[in-house]
Amino acid sequence: MAKKVAFLQGNEAAAQGALYAGCKFFAGYPITPSTEVAEVMSVELPKIGGKFIQMEDEIGAMAALLGGALGGAKALTSTSGPGLSLKQELIGYGCIAEIPCVIINVMRGGPSTGMPTGPSQSDIMSAKWGTHGDHPAICLVPASVQELFEETVRAFNLAEKYRTPVMVMPDEIVGHMRERVVFPEPGELEVIDRAAPTVEPAQYKPYDTSFGDVPPLAAFGSGYKFHVTGLNKLPDGFPTTKAEYVQAEEERQVRKVEGNADDIMKWEEYKCDDAEIIIVAFGSTSRSARFAVDQAREQGIKAGLFRLITFWPFPEKRILELSKKVKAFITPEMNLGMATGVVKAAVEGNAPVLGIFRVDGEPINPGQILDKMKEVK
Amino acid sequence: MAYDYEKFIRPGKLPHIWCPGCGHGIVMKGLIRAIDACGLKKENTAIVSGIGCASRLPGYMDCCTLHTAHGRAAAFATGVKMSRPEMDVILVGGDGDGTAIGGNHFIHACRRNINMTYIILNNKIYGMTGGQFSPATPTGDKASTTPYGNPDPAFDIAKLAIGAGATFVARGTAFHANQIDKLIAEAIQHKGFSVVEILDDCPTTYGRRNKFKSVIEMMNHLKDIAVPVKAAEKMSPEQLKGKVLTGVLYKEDKPEYCEQYAKVIERAQAAK
Ligand SMILES: Cc1ncc(C[n+]2csc(CCOP(=O)(O)OP(=O)(O)O)c2C)c(N)n1
Ligand code: SF4
Repeated sequence: MAKKVAFLQGNEAAAQGALYAGCKFFAGYPITPSTEVAEVMSVELPKIGGKFIQMEDEIGAMAALLGGALGGAKALTSTSGPGLSLKQELIGYGCIAEIPCVIINVMRGGPSTGMPTGPSQSDIMSAKWGTHGDHPAICLVPASVQELFEETVRAFNLAEKYRTPVMVMPDEIVGHMRERVVFPEPGELEVIDRAAPTVEPAQYKPYDTSFGDVPPLAAFGSGYKFHVTGLNKLPDGFPTTKAEYVQAEEERQVRKVEGNADDIMKWEEYKCDDAEIIIVAFGSTSRSARFAVDQAREQGIKAGLFRLITFWPFPEKRILELSKKVKAFITPEMNLGMATGVVKAAVEGNAPVLGIFRVDGEPINPGQILDKMKEVK
Repeated sequence: MAYDYEKFIRPGKLPHIWCPGCGHGIVMKGLIRAIDACGLKKENTAIVSGIGCASRLPGYMDCCTLHTAHGRAAAFATGVKMSRPEMDVILVGGDGDGTAIGGNHFIHACRRNINMTYIILNNKIYGMTGGQFSPATPTGDKASTTPYGNPDPAFDIAKLAIGAGATFVARGTAFHANQIDKLIAEAIQHKGFSVVEILDDCPTTYGRRNKFKSVIEMMNHLKDIAVPVKAAEKMSPEQLKGKVLTGVLYKEDKPEYCEQYAKVIERAQAAK
């Protein structure tokens, strides 16, 4: 049988990816340029008996999302810009209480209301440092409509596997462009469900690390009674200020992501083998970069593209390896140097990192990247 | 025989954090008797709170308990209820938690008329953080941040709930302990969003700043100001000055949110 093929907008594909992954619950608040995700979910979820709710604001949406996820549902929200700022309070709650959920944040210009319809890549630091305190961060940055579909499926898998909020962050261009999408058959892409408890309700502890760094999560209403709090907690979920527990728990929460970075990280190396100049890029910017690499090769410049598909955890080890054999890195991005700083830290001074920054609402074009390559001595 | 509260208290979680003379424990006992009277199953009951002294209550209850962030209880609970409509969902929190930082979630939960019961423990102050004024602190009262007397007017929380669309609204006091369970039980049995405001006391951060010499004085004050709705019908506006009405203040039958959403599902599936 021929596969289902559709011409979809990025945001629509993200919603379809969520449904493929088994999402049954959506709570959101409308905001450009992410609203289409909510609109598709409002149409599709009730058809399969799922629930869609538009809340009073993004704080409420994030709260309802976590409540729905605790009820046992795979849960999604979508937002942009100021909405992400509002969600940050409870993204931290999701991290410390270890509640799986997926947040699609379509990046627009900021700060504040900024440029609601303009593309941007300036939320990547917010994805890691936006909520206060130390916490794990997983952030995926797809570059095409097909990839947005597939990475949304993977986001649910990572959320369920590691019991933590996961962010998918297409820039506005990826969120709003239309491309051909080939729908995978059911079963073709892996779909992971959270581990259910294996112990009797009376023995259940929601943070029992004897089951490893990711303890099983029971659902409210499934026969298990337990406590959930945003305070530092003991294995049974109750608050504690005991130093040895607090330290160990905080470290475990970060370790369950950082310690499994190899399972989570994804990137693509294009013509990097013999490259003297490597462009590190993600999202729509990586498409310009790929074009620029091909043009450069035609002109005899040995260029390559390192395309990030996961931004957090960041593949710093691989960048460090590459830094030992290249003349320079070029980091085009639609912000004022966020990824550039991360790449600089990773290369440990082995090679210069030349940034190209644009925040005027226009995409970075291949010509700009090619010009930058020519500056490399 | 004395009532056995133990059967709903989580083993090993007492003593509680509340100060001697704090009214929150009286409300918890009322809630336990109400849950018992309504025959709710512990594993099928979610008790959801925000942050504050009052919001520590769920931790002591042997149910599915969710201690959320400051003000967010109603929004978290909405997610739980939507995801698990068969669960009984009860919210607990302070006046500050529910009507300041959580005010937006509160009024929208009232408006949706989602089948949950919200118990607001109104001690007119932010107890946990040491006695700053709340939206329920009367004008002129002293708080740690109104050293010259509170310039703000106060919310009437029950009226706010009625105005926002809650379909069952009741008020009691920590003094009238035997009425609390009856009000909460009626609220739980009501289909729709029900609000029970309990006028409560915080001797530690409110009483001492506002010329109450003892917990007994605070309790006597609650006794003096409370007028049952029925009795109020026969009283003149003069006689009602400085009083608050207690009992069931409002009750209405309106479509419930989860049932409305079930109809959305039916329509979506019919159109498929
Ligand atoms: C976002 C946020 N802001 C402020 C606080 C600090 N805070 C904790 S409890 C509280 C007030 C609680 O007062 P109330 O809800 O009336 O309950 P009570 O302690 O009197 O029972 C405040 C302001 C917080 N925890 N979170
Ligand atoms: S500070 Fe006030 S509200 Fe908090 S426990 Fe003490 S008396 Fe109760």
